[in-house]
Amino acid sequence: MNLLDQFKIWLVSMGWPGWAAYLVPAITGIVVIIAFVLTVVIVFIWWERRFLGRFQIRTGPNRCGPEGIFQPIATAVKILLKEDIVPEKADKILHFLAPIVVFVPILMLFAVIPLSEGAILVDLNVGAVYVIAISSISILGIFMAAWASANKYSLISGMRAIAQMVSYELPVVLSLVGVAIVAGSFSMIKIVETQNIPYVFLQPLGFIIFFLGALAEMNRCPFDLLEADSEIVAGYHIEYSGMKFAMFYLGEYGVALAYAGVITTLFLGGWQGPLLPPILWFLIKVMLVFSLIVWMRATLPRLRVDQLMSFAWKGMLPMAVINLILIAIEVLIIPHSLQWAMVMLNFALAAVLILLFSRLFTLGGGRVEV
Amino acid sequence: MTVAINETEIEKKLNEIFPGSVISSEKGSILVDKGSLLKVAEYLKNAPELAFDYLTFVTAVDYLDYFELVYRIVSLKYNHSLIVKTRCSDRENPTAPSLTPVWRAAYYQEREIYDLFGIRFEGHPELKRLLLWEGFKGHPLRRDYL
Amino acid sequence: MPIKTEPFYLNIGPQHPSTHGVFRMRVMLDGEVVVDVEPVIGYLHRGIEKLAEGRTYTQNIIFTDRLDYLSSMTNNLAYCMAVEKLAGIKVPERAEYLRVIFAEVMRISSHLMAVGFFLNDLGAMMTPVLYMWREREKILDLFEMVSGQRLLYNYMRIGGLSQDVPAEFMPAMKKFIAEMPRYVDEYDQLLATNEILLARAKGVGILPRETAIDIGASGPVLRASGVKWDIRKMNPYSIYDRFDFEIPIGQNGDCYDRYWVRMQEIRQSIRIVEQALKQIPDTGPIRADVPLYIRPPKGEAYGYIEAPKGNLGFYIVSDGSIAPYRLHIYPPTLINITALRDMVKGWKVADLIIIFGSIDVVLGEIDR
Repeated sequence: MNLLDQFKIWLVSMGWPGWAAYLVPAITGIVVIIAFVLTVVIVFIWWERRFLGRFQIRTGPNRCGPEGIFQPIATAVKILLKEDIVPEKADKILHFLAPIVVFVPILMLFAVIPLSEGAILVDLNVGAVYVIAISSISILGIFMAAWASANKYSLISGMRAIAQMVSYELPVVLSLVGVAIVAGSFSMIKIVETQNIPYVFLQPLGFIIFFLGALAEMNRCPFDLLEADSEIVAGYHIEYSGMKFAMFYLGEYGVALAYAGVITTLFLGGWQGPLLPPILWFLIKVMLVFSLIVWMRATLPRLRVDQLMSFAWKGMLPMAVINLILIAIEVLIIPHSLQWAMVMLNFALAAVLILLFSRLFTLGGGRVEV
Repeated sequence: MTVAINETEIEKKLNEIFPGSVISSEKGSILVDKGSLLKVAEYLKNAPELAFDYLTFVTAVDYLDYFELVYRIVSLKYNHSLIVKTRCSDRENPTAPSLTPVWRAAYYQEREIYDLFGIRFEGHPELKRLLLWEGFKGHPLRRDYL
Repeated sequence: MPIKTEPFYLNIGPQHPSTHGVFRMRVMLDGEVVVDVEPVIGYLHRGIEKLAEGRTYTQNIIFTDRLDYLSSMTNNLAYCMAVEKLAGIKVPERAEYLRVIFAEVMRISSHLMAVGFFLNDLGAMMTPVLYMWREREKILDLFEMVSGQRLLYNYMRIGGLSQDVPAEFMPAMKKFIAEMPRYVDEYDQLLATNEILLARAKGVGILPRETAIDIGASGPVLRASGVKWDIRKMNPYSIYDRFDFEIPIGQNGDCYDRYWVRMQEIRQSIRIVEQALKQIPDTGPIRADVPLYIRPPKGEAYGYIEAPKGNLGFYIVSDGSIAPYRLHIYPPTLINITALRDMVKGWKVADLIIIFGSIDVVLGEIDR
């Protein structure tokens, strides 16, 4: 019974009519979620810039307010004050709609992420599948932005976008199904509740595949070829400025927050933890996952587009399928009380598979005869 | 040490094979007649005991009566070098044979000499201005430009 | 029914984050595959060769700073050597040793910058750049102690140096050289076996040996293709024959070899500076006795050195007056990009950027 349902029952008992008792909790939930998202995104922007600075032997921004905590607000104000330029040959309607189509599905993702015990907007019984389905809509928005900009650089970026994001959906979905098999349901709250041992220990290979696939979906390093600064100079959002660019910018950190929340829920045990209140545990785990994402950004160079595609189809997809089959076999054979045996078996299998694939699979080459 | 090859011997040898090609020689350099420049260059590159396979700089100097083209070639195998010069006397439309078919290192340098001096190279694959924009009138490095 | 496609022109224009300077390439693309590339230069042409004909020999040293502005000490050295060859001036001992020390430290700084920005083009988000610039800052501090400038030093003069080094320079230089090998090992540990760097750079943009000799390449580009040609060994100038160092040679001529050759050259430069610091005489004249307006005898001379980018040379014709009759600058990077078209055909857009980055151009030298 989540919190909003309790709120609704209390309103009905106070004598409110049925439709008001339905509408008021819903609007309250939506406002709370939007406030949460915007606040945490601002914190994420600050944390990324400071943390990236520590990796690069420098302090990050530290002038704007004590330790630079007003820097993201200053960035937001600067972006809002800029002039909104639309190129002459651009397709005006698509150019206007593209940031909306990119940003709104990211907000919609937060409807199924449990922030604390019972604090979820709606507890769908297909919550995990809803996450995958809705996040695919942003790809369409990215291609709209790339096409409507009437710019050859963004067109190259758009073509890469379709290839990259479509091909990384598959390993993500397959490792998600592995989690659902062990948990017994797709509902996000049930997945958290059945995690006595967090699934990151139970399915290490699934966690790695889901994490890398999520990085590719978010266009973060080392898969950020859509906005490769050194080649195609900001890719699909070259021709955007002002509030539309702010939507892309917020959307990038929003989807990082969303996927960090999903990874926390599916693999790290959601809000569970010994001493502190559950919401704090959730925030700590989300921050840890985000720090891991920033760490990968600071250290690794970027892959080329054909190397990326062969990594997805020839490297990650077979491993995801094998992972799924192994998990299904284990769930059938091993009884529920011996779950720690499953942990050790899975770690050993993950090590063997990763070593095997690293020998068989090489990334070089790629010259085409012209 | 990169030794400057003995220029009098080279002058004698070249004048035996291509009579009348080398006009004079001085310290480390030979002065070649413009018409036989291409043949001399090919011989210098392909002769087994000379093996001049590496062209360093190509430049032009405007002495007011004539333009003088200067080439410096080096042999990586034997570590010796030679400077080859030639002269164009025409001031209005100076031309010279292009050495790009022999050493590709001359590609950009001959374009630059055309751009800044106005010397046309026959046989160059793509002779157009390099440093200044298309449509610029005049050739700035000539002594009578400004 | 096959889909009809046609190649299109993309202009990687003069303003771009990854063309190191104002350099324009007109690229013909078929999807992501590069079919043809044509470099267009001239956006930074300042007419140095023409300006030099109206200024005295000492006034032209300022212009040579601004050629390859990331390594101005070596440019100064090449020009001063050419004039000294023409006028027959002998440089005193202490000045020779100091010139060698500055040239080699300049080489370290230029290679750090080249390797750092090569990795930035690969997408590593400024992290290697900032690690390498930590050392480059120390080098720039040393140079500021000596000449007052951080980028365009204007320090060498015809016949020696402009002024002697201050007292705190030598201990600082010894300290820097003592701790530098540890940092180079750190870079190698972080970068040399990085899986993504190997996948992106090994086998990419191969320059075969015969092509490299035919186009007249020089510097790390030539040595990475397997040709053992370094002017410091083949035709030693200044006092390089007194030092013991090696020349790293690559095997394949791909981007990874060019990166590797530069890292090894940093180590060899550290060796040379260590030996020079031991042998340098403590006192002595800094400049030979040259008049204010030098009038070299009539004639011509070609002075050339092994600059960090390649074989930098100055061809000077003098007619006996106080200004040169003709000054020609031979830029190594203009010759190195002659083979860009061959190296890039068949690769993708991302590879075009890193192949171009691995040649390491500076536009001040190409355009003069």
